[in-house]
Order: sequence, then structure tokens, then C-alpha cells
Amino acid sequence: MDFLCGLRGKDFVMVCSDTSAVQSVVTMKQDEDKLVPVDSHKLFALSGEAGDRVNFSEYIIANVRLYALRNDAKLSTKAVANFTRNELATALRKSPYSTNLLMAGYDDGEGGGPSLYWCDYLATLHHMNICGTGYGSYFVLSMFDKLWHPNVTEAEAFEMMRKGVEEVKSRLVVAPPKYLVKVIDSKGIRTLGEL
Amino acid sequence: MSIFEYNGSAIVAMAGKECVAIASDLRFGVQLATLATDHKKVYKIHDQLFIGLAGLGTDSETLSQRFTFKHNLYKLREERDIKPSAFAQLVSATLYERRFGPYFCQPVIAGLEPDGTPYLCGMDSIGAQEPAKDFMVAGTATDSLLGICESLWRPDLGPEELFETVSQALLSGQDRDCLAGWGAVVYVITKDKVIARTLRGRMD
Repeated sequence: MDFLCGLRGKDFVMVCSDTSAVQSVVTMKQDEDKLVPVDSHKLFALSGEAGDRVNFSEYIIANVRLYALRNDAKLSTKAVANFTRNELATALRKSPYSTNLLMAGYDDGEGGGPSLYWCDYLATLHHMNICGTGYGSYFVLSMFDKLWHPNVTEAEAFEMMRKGVEEVKSRLVVAPPKYLVKVIDSKGIRTLGEL
Repeated sequence: MSIFEYNGSAIVAMAGKECVAIASDLRFGVQLATLATDHKKVYKIHDQLFIGLAGLGTDSETLSQRFTFKHNLYKLREERDIKPSAFAQLVSATLYERRFGPYFCQPVIAGLEPDGTPYLCGMDSIGAQEPAKDFMVAGTATDSLLGICESLWRPDLGPEELFETVSQALLSGQDRDCLAGWGAVVYVITKDKVIARTLRGRMD
């Protein structure tokens, strides 16, 4: 089952996802990257049906790039998150996308900094410091609530992710075997490693 | 589980002497999981008019955006803010437009008419209006909320007393409901100001 989680720190956002691509009871590949960059300082973490996941993310990314080209200005993370919500909400009563997602980004300038949004397939959007989707999140969210504090460092956050993934692997019956962690800060998106 | 109980919410509004109060819980959850504790369900239309939207989170968000949009156009055309009674008609019409594919939300409208009279109105998900002179509740904790409101409310409460009454009613009502709670936000609207206060209740 898909697992996504995200942590917001003082000046970074860290996201983790599993790397299995599944069709009914078969694992098609073990190295699927579900942490998709939208631009240099934002990324989507998506879970759900493979077709919807890829289709929806490509649609949003294309529109974000088009806006940047037309207006010569990057959109803020809040703007992209709300645009995404709007697209999901419009599609909901026509042909819904069954994909839950996290939107992580870093904005420069005043009022900027790291932001992390949770959005489910029904287009319910909320800004959070700690978020997760999937069965794995049931094991991980309360642990993060205990360990997180507003000035958490990157090393502490990575350790929290490692502990969370360990918990998912040991307690979830259908736990995926491999997880990928990426971080976004003022310098951009970096892959931290696999768990 | 019903679609109205997917996210969970508790909203209460009360009328006082030339003031109204509207309050909501702060839980953001998906069925049995609580995901955040800072999700308000009361939205400002203008300084003397607030709407609380209980029910499915995505529809609350969509509806609040649509109402803000409609009010912005109204302000441009009419060059004034909308009256609460007119806004209630607008909400009712918007909901009934989707009679056979409704928004899964129950609105509670609280405001002051231009002459200072309190206005309270509740609706179901397809726009059936229920005006009230005393209090109005919506969400997953309505049974508990109705009971406590009936006991605590009295006519002609001043702004401070109204705040206390609404707060006690909401905190008690949402304690018995697992899908609503985790704190509360209360808005007290008077002729010259709106005071917003966040309460910390039982965080379970």
C-alpha cells in the first residue's frame, strides 16, 4: 500500500515515499519515484492509482510551467497547492482522480520559507507541519507528534523518518520494502537517500 | 459511515443583545484519524457576517470560495456589503442548484443586519432555511449541542456573557463526539468589532 509522509522544519521540508509501483497483487517495479519535482523548489508526493498519479501530476506541472513562462514569475507553494486543489475539486464530480498527495515547497523572500500541504483525493487541502497518507501513516503520525518540535534540524528529521519507516516495515502487513527521502530547502531539492 | 461524517465538525451560533457569536471546533480528520488541530470551519464574508460550514471538508472549502466570489461581485455591483438575510437566500439558491448532486455541507449563517438586529439561520445540504432567534447548531455533534444550548441560552446576553455561553456549549457538546473537538474558535460579532478567540478544550 502506498505510504507518504512529510515533515516541515524551520528552513526545510522533508518528504518520504515508498517506491513500489503495484498492479492489483503484482509489484511492477521497486524503484518508482513518487516524489515529482514541480519546479526547482517544489515537489509533489503522490499516492494512488498509477494512471491517475502520473496523469494528474504531469497536468499540474505543465500548467505551473506555462504560468512561469507566460508571466516570467514563479508561483508560490500556496498558489500551486490551491490550484491543485481546485483542479481536483472540479474533476471530483465529473471523473475524479483517485490520488492523495503532499505538496512540499520552499519560497524565497518575505513571508516565505518552507511549507507543506496535505491534499486528499476529495480535494481537502490543509497546511500542516507533520503529515502522512496511507495505512503506514497510522503508525507514524503519533510518533512524529512526539518527536517533532518547531526548530527540528535536518539530521533530526531524517532520524525521525528512519524510525517511522522502521515502524511501518515491522508493523504493517503489506509494508513496501523500499522508501525514498528527499528534502527541499533554500538551495532546492535534494535526494537524501533510501531507507 | 455517512459522507457527512467523513471529516467531522461541530458548529454552534447564538444570538445575544445586538450581538451574535459563531463558533466551530478545530479538528481536521479523515474518518477515525485526526490529522490536524487547526482547521477552522467558520468563514468571514464581511465584518458583520460569518458562515460556518459543517460537513465534508472539500465542499466547505469549495462553497466558501464560491460565496466569497459571489460577495465580491455583489460588492462591486451594489457598492455595499450584503445583508445577512439576503446572503441566506444566496446560500440557499446556490445549494438548491445542485439538488440532485448536492454539496455535502450544512451551513450556519450568523450576522448583524444593518440596523443591528442579530440574524441566525441554519440550512440543510439542499438549502432549506431554518431561521432562529436563539441558537443554531450543525455538524456531527448536533444532538449534544442542541441539549446544552437549550439549557444555557437565555435572551439578551451581552457580548461577554454570550462568549462564555457559546464556549461552554461548544466545549461540552463536542466532548461527547469523537469526530469533533480538539479545540475551538469563537467569533463574537458586535456593531463595531469582531473578537476572535481560540479555546483549548479536551484534546481528544
